[in-house]
Amino acid sequence: MAVAEPAANAHFLLIAFSFAALTYAFVTSDFSLKLVVLNSHSAKPMIYKISGVWGNHEGSMLLWVLILALFGATAAWFGNNLPPTLKARVLGVQGSISVAFLAFILFTSNPFLRLAVPPFDGQDLNPLLQDPGLAFHPPFLYLGYVGLSMAFSFAVAALIEGRVDAAWARWVRPWTLAAWVFLTIGIALGSWWAYYELGWGGFWFWDPVENASFMPWLLAAALLHSAIVVEKREALKSWTILLAIMAFGFSLIGTFIVRSGVITSVHAFANDPERGVFILMILAVFMGGALTLYAARVQAMEAKGVFSMVSRESGLVMNNILLAVSAFVVFIGTIWPLVAEMLWDRKLSVGEPFFNAAFTPFFVILGAILPLGAMLPWKRATLGRAARPLWAAFALSLSLAALAFAVQTGRGALGPVGLFLGAWLISGAAVDLFNRTGRGSFGSRLARMKRLPGADWGKAIAHSGLGVTMIGIAGLMAWHAEDIRVVQVKGSYDIAGYTLTLDKVERVQGPNYISTMGHVTVTKDGAQVAVLTPEKRVYPVAGMPTTEAAIDYGFLRDVYVVIGDPQDNGGWAMRTYYKPLANWIWAGSILMALGGMFSLFDRRYRVAAGARRRAPAAGVPAE
Amino acid sequence: MKRVLLVLMLLGAPGAPLWAVQPDEILADPGLEERARGLSKGLRCLVCRNENIDDSNAELARDLRLLVRERLVAGDSDQQVIDYVVARYGEYVLLAPPKTGINWLLWWAGPLMLLGGGVIGFSYLRRRQAAPEGAGAAALNPEEAARLRDIMEK
Repeated sequence: MAVAEPAANAHFLLIAFSFAALTYAFVTSDFSLKLVVLNSHSAKPMIYKISGVWGNHEGSMLLWVLILALFGATAAWFGNNLPPTLKARVLGVQGSISVAFLAFILFTSNPFLRLAVPPFDGQDLNPLLQDPGLAFHPPFLYLGYVGLSMAFSFAVAALIEGRVDAAWARWVRPWTLAAWVFLTIGIALGSWWAYYELGWGGFWFWDPVENASFMPWLLAAALLHSAIVVEKREALKSWTILLAIMAFGFSLIGTFIVRSGVITSVHAFANDPERGVFILMILAVFMGGALTLYAARVQAMEAKGVFSMVSRESGLVMNNILLAVSAFVVFIGTIWPLVAEMLWDRKLSVGEPFFNAAFTPFFVILGAILPLGAMLPWKRATLGRAARPLWAAFALSLSLAALAFAVQTGRGALGPVGLFLGAWLISGAAVDLFNRTGRGSFGSRLARMKRLPGADWGKAIAHSGLGVTMIGIAGLMAWHAEDIRVVQVKGSYDIAGYTLTLDKVERVQGPNYISTMGHVTVTKDGAQVAVLTPEKRVYPVAGMPTTEAAIDYGFLRDVYVVIGDPQDNGGWAMRTYYKPLANWIWAGSILMALGGMFSLFDRRYRVAAGARRRAPAAGVPAE
Repeated sequence: MKRVLLVLMLLGAPGAPLWAVQPDEILADPGLEERARGLSKGLRCLVCRNENIDDSNAELARDLRLLVRERLVAGDSDQQVIDYVVARYGEYVLLAPPKTGINWLLWWAGPLMLLGGGVIGFSYLRRRQAAPEGAGAAALNPEEAARLRDIMEK
């Protein structure tokens, strides 16, 4: 068993070497490699030469395995306080996942295939992918996806050992937290990219590939919360193990969806059945194996904690039900076209209108009960007493929503409801944090707030981040304005109180593209707000046009301008959007990730560092 | 049929110098235009991957947008327009699948599962409430319990 550690290290170093070799080939534009020819070009900026390494199927799978090995190695480096048998088993499970995916790369997607006659230059990377936002989207997403493999490995190792206890939950939580933080950043980057790059300001499309990353995110969020119950109260053990298995299972399903192209979507670059079947086999072996083990061992996991119907525990159970159900809704909506066609020969589509209608209610309920659930004490609580400090927050949120409803005149309930939920979550988190400081004068409690543990801050920040995102989504969807028209050069038009003037349109030569660039001056009440330069680019090597929207970012609104085709009468087609609260969507995501990081760096996870003893209220239940 | 599809695919290729709703498509009557935009968001661009015709750049999406507007100008209700488009292109064109036949399961899957989860969760909580304090504590022998306490308290 002692061999596990050096093996994990060697494994990581060797894969890192092979990844470095591929990166070197891309950086030096080595066109004797087929992959480099297909996805790179000598004139491409350096950052996109590097991001081209994972902007394709083979390279991205190598990155996948690299990150898998990295997580295994971190368990070897930082897992000093793990019992040696558990640690060896975790590394063993992690290694076996790695073997399966290395076989997948070797047999179906070798990135190092050579060409006998190297061409003079490459065919360039898809221009949509030549973007800073998207360059870093896949690595973050993979860090999240693959990070969940650690939760899986810990779950399987615990099943093999036959026991799950509070200590186990404490060990598994940092890795799940890290994975969830990366996944949050990755999803937010992808959504932000779609917002500014695809040219109509959509931020989420319920595309199968997006759903593939969203399902593990939801389940990982559920796992984070249920692991708290295992850690503090020794309950929900078997459910937590199941969640850990399923969260990684959905990562594998996501990899399958993206890499097989079985459910064709905007992102599916790969369309090779051989690859799909291989991943499906990996999925069947690991999920089948883990679930069989689970079925065999689940009886051994007895719950210890006793708690009443109204308690923090039951609040977290509700959180888990809602998160799991919403993940399930996304899952069934994603695979339904496939199922309907195979079983009932019905060809149909499941898109945005379905998900908006079927998914949203669960998050509305979640947002509505979250602040109250977060305030409930462990074991036994009374609703009235827990709710008392929240009344002010509730009244504030309700009046904000009522104000918005009165001002917006004649629009639906979406905006006010989103505003209420967001304000309720943010103010509820603030009240919760303040409440943790105990008794005393206002000033001394404020001072004590700084010394609250990282986990408390993390919880408050992440929950208010969810609120900020909800406000952003609801505000953007409810209150946006749009204008489509033909604009003559020097002509101007109005949208949502702003006046836009098209000053000129010129041709600009970029490093590997040619651009048609408009110059638009934005003014409000006669004062200049911004000069925007929307572009239409043509990448000659890839033969593809892209639109580059110009956005004036603001705290409360974005002004978003897109230039289209020249018209017969000399004007240009222009599309302009007024997008209220758009930035809040990603600001909220960043807050959620930040909250996760605060929690991650809570001192009680650095058990080996000799951190000081924590207050008994949050400690282990009496034994 | 295959060839038709191929031609459609080529028309829908991203190289086509077109883009979502064009200024010349917009109806003079803002009320009708708003209804047209609303309907377009629920109709799938047949040659695209998971895009509605309102956002799509494809030629075929433009044709469909024009068709929707034509029907609205002719005085159709929203439902009549949808029926008309579905009659021509099949239910594949609807981004929200109709709640008919087996699709019932799709639409009710979430609420049903919430109900199931609620029942299981409730009975679990009931059991936890009734369980005697400290049940299952025997799973740890004293030595293990000491080690656990040691780890947790550091």
